[in-house]
Amino acid sequence: MIGILLFSIIFASVIYSAAAGTAPEVSTAALSAGEEAVSLTLTLAGAMAVWGGVMKIAERSGLTEHLTNILKPILRLIFRGLKKDSPALRAIAMNMSANILGLGNAATPLGIEAMKRLEQEESPGEAASQNMIRLAVMNACSLEIFPATVAVMRSRAGSRAPTEIIPCVIFVSFASLAAALAVAEIFNASGGKK
Amino acid sequence: MNFSSLILPVLILGVFMHGVFKKVDILDAFAEGARENLVTSAQLLPTLALLMLAVGMFRASGALGAFTSLIAPLFEFLGFPPECLPLALLRPVSGSGALSVLENILSEQGPDSFAGKVASVLMGSTETTFYTVAVYFGATKIKKTRHALASALAGDMTAFLLSAAAVRLFLG
Repeated sequence: MIGILLFSIIFASVIYSAAAGTAPEVSTAALSAGEEAVSLTLTLAGAMAVWGGVMKIAERSGLTEHLTNILKPILRLIFRGLKKDSPALRAIAMNMSANILGLGNAATPLGIEAMKRLEQEESPGEAASQNMIRLAVMNACSLEIFPATVAVMRSRAGSRAPTEIIPCVIFVSFASLAAALAVAEIFNASGGKK
Repeated sequence: MNFSSLILPVLILGVFMHGVFKKVDILDAFAEGARENLVTSAQLLPTLALLMLAVGMFRASGALGAFTSLIAPLFEFLGFPPECLPLALLRPVSGSGALSVLENILSEQGPDSFAGKVASVLMGSTETTFYTVAVYFGATKIKKTRHALASALAGDMTAFLLSAAAVRLFLG
């Protein structure tokens, strides 16, 4: 799918440049694309290394564990019908705290673990259970409290206040998550597309 | 100085304080986390190079500008900067694609312009939806994901509409 999309973009660029006479600019862009990718990766790699280091300290000192315990009762309100000491709920809470702290490397394996546990506990067969859908939706909406990548890219582009967007990011993250979960509940209540 | 510039320093201080208090080997922990993320970033490069090629050619040809001015009236009506539309379209599909479009918007429009701020908020508050849903269900025996994708995309749509409103409201 991505392949076709990229092909269409490149195809459109070449045809358009032939018509608009911008072929020299397109050639320059094609030649510098690799360099730009390397320079962006280097900026991101440096910042992500620092951020990963800080967050690993948080993980080892038990901060993520605290967050997991805080999240569990809240998540119980969203993921309904799970047993009291459900291992799935614990895995979900760990996945969410990793997401909130921006521990991308840790969040995905934890989330997949949570998904498998939900499958064990609810044995939904071939069609996803509502709790599995809730978990997928929560991971497909970003919950990161500090969007490090974006902040670094802003700073690199010469922003006066690279972090000033954070309150907006948190607000929009939560609002869109709430909307996505609400839509999932409406689908479920109306019978969904089984 | 505003409140949001304090978030990062305070967060870093808090983490280090908690680490020292709990007697964590700071150097060792930091090095491990840094190493993990360096590997992740290096893995990003090959796809990013491809996306940079496509997005860079599209912009340089003038097709991006033509496309933007074509849809501009509709999006100005919604209060959404038309320059951010390519980002909104690509964000749920490709993480690297979104990164290269964001880089483009930040350098062309400036990070502190309205479009630059909206693009930053949109990038920070959304995920690569299609990829996430595929990976999460891919690990199970589920064949029908029912309304998972539709609900997640409804979230993306909300983020898209709200990002411009939030920037206008909170950042003037």
